[in-house]
Amino acid sequence: MKRSRSGLAAILPFLWLAVFFAFPFLLVGKLSLSHTVLAIPPYAPQLHLSQGLPGFRTFLAGLSGETYARLTQDRLYLDAYLSSLRIAGLAAGLLLLIGYPIAYGIARCPPKARQALVMAVILPFWTSFLIRIYAWIAILKPAGVLNAALGLVGLGPVEILNTETAVLIGLVYAYLPFMVLPLYAVLDREDESLIEAAQDLGATPLSAFWRVTFPLSLPGAAAGALLCFIPMAGEFVIPDLLGGSETLMLGRVIWTEFFANRDWPAASAVAIVLLATLVVPIVLFEREQAKVLS
Amino acid sequence: MASRQIGAIRSTFAPWEDPAAKPLVRFEGVSKAFADTPAVKGVDLEIYEREFFALLGPSGCGKTTLMRLLAGFESPDAGRMLLEGRDIGADPPHRRPVHMMFQAYALFPHLSVAQNVAFGLRRQGVAKAEIGPRVEEMLAMVKLEGLGKRRPDQLSGGQRQRVALARALAPRPRILLLDEPMAALDRKLREETQFELMALQQRLGMTFMIVTHDQDEAMVVADRIAVMRAGEIVQVGRPAEVYEAPADRYVAGFIGDVNLFEGRVAATEGPLIRLVTEDGAFDAEGSGAVGERAWLAVRPEKIAVHAEPPADPRNRLAGTILDYGYLGDWTTYVVEIAPGRTVRAARANATRTVERPLGCDDPVWLTFAPSSAVVLTR
Repeated sequence: MKRSRSGLAAILPFLWLAVFFAFPFLLVGKLSLSHTVLAIPPYAPQLHLSQGLPGFRTFLAGLSGETYARLTQDRLYLDAYLSSLRIAGLAAGLLLLIGYPIAYGIARCPPKARQALVMAVILPFWTSFLIRIYAWIAILKPAGVLNAALGLVGLGPVEILNTETAVLIGLVYAYLPFMVLPLYAVLDREDESLIEAAQDLGATPLSAFWRVTFPLSLPGAAAGALLCFIPMAGEFVIPDLLGGSETLMLGRVIWTEFFANRDWPAASAVAIVLLATLVVPIVLFEREQAKVLS
Repeated sequence: MASRQIGAIRSTFAPWEDPAAKPLVRFEGVSKAFADTPAVKGVDLEIYEREFFALLGPSGCGKTTLMRLLAGFESPDAGRMLLEGRDIGADPPHRRPVHMMFQAYALFPHLSVAQNVAFGLRRQGVAKAEIGPRVEEMLAMVKLEGLGKRRPDQLSGGQRQRVALARALAPRPRILLLDEPMAALDRKLREETQFELMALQQRLGMTFMIVTHDQDEAMVVADRIAVMRAGEIVQVGRPAEVYEAPADRYVAGFIGDVNLFEGRVAATEGPLIRLVTEDGAFDAEGSGAVGERAWLAVRPEKIAVHAEPPADPRNRLAGTILDYGYLGDWTTYVVEIAPGRTVRAARANATRTVERPLGCDDPVWLTFAPSSAVVLTR
């Protein structure tokens, strides 16, 4: 009885992965090996399961890696990759710099205040993500709130909207909770007596932080940075709304290929390459996450 | 307070009896409260160089707070703490030459054993070339040679305890504080460790202050014990003084087993007092005014158990054995002397015998010498 139940429980995650990850992934993989045609759907070959094995053979024969070759020939794709990784990396770095002091501050508060502050970190999720990003447009636009405020003190105006800076601001703003929470989790669990032991042995409070608290919080920092970096590299909405036409990021390249160019194979190939690029950080993240949870 | 001198205790080391000796640590009226709940109330205490001093009391009696005050993790609300005559109240923990061995050891999990031990040395600015040998020396002292490269989580509980000890001793503190150092060890290891700690303290000639709720542990390791209750120090003395001449019923009951008989002082005659209780009249050594309320305290091992009524009626009680426990070296008897009134008596099994001389429901007579009982007025 117990055994069969635990067996079912063990299958469930695999079932979930098969339905919601492996199957769509295979579809996208298949698409990336197709070529475009002027039809509906706009790609070939099509797989007709009704034709049985011979039909499957002709389908396989129709697949080619030609789209991937195209990706290497056009510099646009390489530029978009590098720029995506650079922007996501920069944002992850900024998130660490901003998120660490916040998480540390919360973890050092009395327990009651801690709850309220963690709540405050999560609070933005209660409103729509899109509305919050639109609010940033209102703040950053040339005649927006920021420039009005700067004008009052005789500064500006500054042009931020539709620049990479705006994308960074948006990314840091939107992903901050994902950085603060894993960091807070490790900092909150830190054994207070370790800090006392360090100070007892002659470490100043600052030295105790750098030699004990900080190294022990690195798994949380790594988990947070990767948790943010991975989705930020493929982010579409923020660069689309705040970055204007000059910010080149993969999310937008995929969107353009898919909807504007109706080039489904190219969009799929870009998505597959992005996933392949992110496999390394994803594996790293899983490892760090395991450390944080252990 | 117990001013009575006890038998022949050899005192080769007793700086607290020397009026010229200067204490290493001195608490002067130290008080500390947490959110209006007093933890330490007006404690005066002197600890001398090379002393092994124990703070003993149940949990919540303020002994840990007192230790944390000395380490600098808490600051007193009132009073002063002097180290070698200097007020250290304003010094942060990292400037006090006082190191602590934490109850759960608090080893740095991200550092190796050697790095843990070197931590205090590095903070002191000991020359790099000197740190390695010093660490090796400390590890050898706690019998952990060759384990320097391990991480704390690769060690057993006993080994971790030794690392914690080596780490706290390495920077050569003026006084080492030990917070329930053996709480996490099993009984056998605890006994071994107690003797090793004593040997180490003797060899290094250092001052140790241990906090413990285990009276046996305090009795074994300490030169002097301070018994605490509700933030106050009830009695300070050598283990034998605290055991044989407890200051009050609390100390008598906290350290070892004790039988108490409540009564009034009926007469005094030289060093003896006659106490009349509901269980009879007893003679005991002590002081008290006639008519005063007092308690007679007798340890179980000082009560003799007889199968036949002894001729001398003095300090004699009759009863039946309600229960007994054979412990190998000792047998403890619970004797009912009146309905619902029991007395505990312990007898050393000095001769080897498997037959049962006394068993349940056997009538017995209990006696004790006047010098074996203590009269307590509190």
